[in-house]
Amino acid sequence: MATTLTPILSEFWDEPESWTLRTYESHGGYQALRTALARKPEEIVDLVKASGLRGRGGAGFPAGLKWSFLPAPDGGPRYLVVNADESEPGTCKDIPLLMASPQTLLEGMVIACYAIRAERAFVYLRGEVVHVYRRLLRALEEARGAGYVGRNILGSGFDLEIVMHAGAGAYICGEETALLDSLEGRRGQPRLKPPFPAVAGLYSRPTVVNNVESIASVPSIVHNGPDWFQDMGTERSTGFGLFSLSGHVKRPGQYEAPLGITLRELLDMAGGLRDGNELKFWTPGGSSTPLFTAEHLDVPLDFESVAAAGSMLGTRALQIFDHTTCVVRAVLRWMEFYQHESCGKCTPCREGTYWMTQVLRSLEAGEGSPEDLDKLLDVCDNVLGRSFCPLGDGATSCVTSSLQYFRDEYLSHLTHGGCPFDPMESTLFAGASA
Amino acid sequence: MNNRRADVRGHAEGDERFAAVDTHIRKTRHSQDQLIQTLHVAQDIFGHLSHDLMAHVATELRLPPSTVYSVATFYHLFRLDPPGEHQCTVCTGTACFVKGSESIVGKLSAEYGLAPGQTTDDGRLTLRTARCLGSCGLAPVTVLDGRIQAHQTPEGTLEQVGRMLDPHALLPEPADEIAPDDGRRAV
Repeated sequence: MATTLTPILSEFWDEPESWTLRTYESHGGYQALRTALARKPEEIVDLVKASGLRGRGGAGFPAGLKWSFLPAPDGGPRYLVVNADESEPGTCKDIPLLMASPQTLLEGMVIACYAIRAERAFVYLRGEVVHVYRRLLRALEEARGAGYVGRNILGSGFDLEIVMHAGAGAYICGEETALLDSLEGRRGQPRLKPPFPAVAGLYSRPTVVNNVESIASVPSIVHNGPDWFQDMGTERSTGFGLFSLSGHVKRPGQYEAPLGITLRELLDMAGGLRDGNELKFWTPGGSSTPLFTAEHLDVPLDFESVAAAGSMLGTRALQIFDHTTCVVRAVLRWMEFYQHESCGKCTPCREGTYWMTQVLRSLEAGEGSPEDLDKLLDVCDNVLGRSFCPLGDGATSCVTSSLQYFRDEYLSHLTHGGCPFDPMESTLFAGASA
Repeated sequence: MNNRRADVRGHAEGDERFAAVDTHIRKTRHSQDQLIQTLHVAQDIFGHLSHDLMAHVATELRLPPSTVYSVATFYHLFRLDPPGEHQCTVCTGTACFVKGSESIVGKLSAEYGLAPGQTTDDGRLTLRTARCLGSCGLAPVTVLDGRIQAHQTPEGTLEQVGRMLDPHALLPEPADEIAPDDGRRAV
């Protein structure tokens, strides 16, 4: 049975001025908030728990469970922080979502804050995306004007203040504790867990940190009920998600579909690879997830199946590379990114990414030796599981997986005395200037 | 003449722009956790973060200068050197990279004698690379003076940069009043 697209978050993205409050309300916007405010906060937590919604930021932790970890209110402040620091190479779902329908996030935030009894919420937005920042500020202004944010929301007696915070350019701030440090005005470096943010997060107060898409999914769950959500996706990976296709596909972009869809199905919708080229490798969830190849075309893209096939669902950022791409070159590129973005706090990641970049650079230039491949794996072994936060772990996955599937290609760089690929062939303008 | 400006706090050298930074600091009640936002505001006003400016922020927020310096150097968006008059940023994220952003950078580097991160001697152009601008579907992407350009080619970008630098450029003036770098970042 073919899976079909389920445009829920992206339902009206193509309408003119889809980002305005008026458009959002004409599509039933803020109905869910009214439903939620009529119920008890605990009921909302239970409802989200029952829906099985899992974090859409990569790790896939059940959202409702995370909310229920907060200690009982003690009269002090508690916070909701939305992680909008989307910087992973290939991941491009939150930014389009925020541009096209920022009110969905705001409604989700109000409901989530009501459920966890937080009266102050933050959006930590990536600093580079100034256009999104302006759109969010405008959306917040509109929502506040309509009484959806502020004091005594819709006469319920519930108060909520939302703060938009623009970061300053650091991939590491997508890690939740580094994000909290950055929000407090410091260098974004991860904190030791435990204590987890649920117990001692922002300003050492109970804090829930959720991804944009997780929070944006909440209104539809509240409105349609957990059973509706569970009907989509698979048993343990319920619901829908944005699948971001990029790279060598004919129609790159966002495809909103139930979890468990396969790349084969998505590629059909995206018009296949360009020029009928062959699929060589792809990432199921951004550059921090181990590579897949053409043999994984039919792996259902849900948390369990992708993990069973040796990778991670991550952020559903499907970067597609065709046979013109040199895998060593791609991996080198990723490693340069991780080296650049390593925050420097822990030695395995700071030094490991540096050395892997050096080794990969010499391999790509055809100057290495076959022992270098084992050296790479050895470095990976010393980074994976030994670094302070998942950045280091993520940096190793492209190396180990590419060596697993494409060891011969690494070696051919050595026998060939350099890269056997013409970098121009993988470009968008290949053949155009000929 | 009665100098009314005496009650505006600022810098010993009398640069009025410091007073604008102070206004933000006062509005945020000298909160130390506002350091990053304060640096954003300071950079929007001055164009870059000089040592003088960082020392000023440190004093006003009662933070050690080392803390301000460490934060300013940690985040990529803070510049410690003055930028050129015009900016060209080429995305070198993965999607742009496989679609040829490297040759765009190469072409621009060769034409203007710049490595990424550098500014021409006449201070007219700064060339930068970015890791990923989150517009992977438009790859390869460049940003010219704050405006995103999709599906770029080496020749096309070079031509656009040339027009950006040429004072008699035929490019229409942007109708959008709010350019990304006009200092409206402050809430």
